[in-house]
Amino acid sequence: MFYPLQLLADWLTYGIFRIAPNTLLASAVDFFIFDTTKIFILLAVIIFCVSIIRSYLPPEKIRAVLAHKNQYVGNALASLLGIVTPFCSCSAIPLFLGFIQAGVPLGTTFSFLVASPMINEVALVMLLGLFGWKIAAIYVTSGLVIAMFSGAIIGKLKVENLVEPFVYQNTAGAAVDLARMTRKERVIYAKDYVLDILKKVWLYVVIGIGVGAWIHGYVPADLIARYAGGGTWYAVPLAVLIGIPLYSNAAGIIPLVSVLTEKGVSMGTTLAFMMSVTALSLPEFMILKKVMKPKLIGLFAGIVAIGILLTGFLFNAII
Amino acid sequence: MKIQVFGSGCATCKKLFELTKKATDELGLGVEVEYSTDVQKIIDMGLMSSPVLAIDGKPVLVGRVPEVEKIKEIIAQNTK
Repeated sequence: MFYPLQLLADWLTYGIFRIAPNTLLASAVDFFIFDTTKIFILLAVIIFCVSIIRSYLPPEKIRAVLAHKNQYVGNALASLLGIVTPFCSCSAIPLFLGFIQAGVPLGTTFSFLVASPMINEVALVMLLGLFGWKIAAIYVTSGLVIAMFSGAIIGKLKVENLVEPFVYQNTAGAAVDLARMTRKERVIYAKDYVLDILKKVWLYVVIGIGVGAWIHGYVPADLIARYAGGGTWYAVPLAVLIGIPLYSNAAGIIPLVSVLTEKGVSMGTTLAFMMSVTALSLPEFMILKKVMKPKLIGLFAGIVAIGILLTGFLFNAII
Repeated sequence: MKIQVFGSGCATCKKLFELTKKATDELGLGVEVEYSTDVQKIIDMGLMSSPVLAIDGKPVLVGRVPEVEKIKEIIAQNTK
């Protein structure tokens, strides 16, 4: 499918830049051109499609759906809806308050809070473009399972007392009737959103793939495999720990990780790392302190972290 | 006319506040833009995304920060 891009990369590398074939430099430059063009095309196409879907599903509508569901259906639906909802730590608090105060159960709300940042379109594109659809599918499926279970467990634990009291003392205002968008407005919205995201991530993508291309060309494979291959038990927990402070840079990190995998880091470790980067975010935890007790944040982070660790070990064992 | 920006205190929200101030200045409206980090107000309006730009209590822009020109357009449309 991306064959024409490979031709373009080859032509630029060997025809225009006149780099001698079969050198490390040639392989790094070729790799860089191919991957960046591929990722930017995928970003534009996929984000456009997701934005069109999203224009039909603002959070206010999602909330109305979730407020009427039984607990387990709610966990599953919330996780699925989390995929198409963009997540920025700015919206964590309003989403949390809005859900809870409209009567959405705590467990369902947490399913959403896990899935929304973990499975986002940028991470999806990077996985699809750099790892292929199988790994992308494994990532999305495991992410959904983790989100559903984390939410279900928190729901079962009955920890409503760990939410700040003011949260339950208010009820959400009636949902405003957001004007229905015309088809043209949806297209404009999707186009604006694509440009927004591209503006935000292009530099990370270029740097990530650039450093990746350098590793691809210059770093020997056995060096990395020795420390992060499937045999070392601490690879997965270490990957999760490193991932926590790296929030929101999925665009720059996934290209690096993809090259590391090629150089011998095992797939389970890679998946755990990426999930930790997207789902466990220090800034988000700090913000959530406004609405819940630190104990609940710890519980939430702990349950999600265990889910990620299990995913990592599982796929290290079977892939 | 009352122009307010509601946010959760994050960088994106402050950016919308700055841009809205710039937009009202450029439009020569001579009104103060009010900035509030009271998230409960957002929920009370029935919304769940941050930041929110509201004119006379009515949300006109939700959950994103566009260019100054676009903000000017939105303000102009809603103050006629």
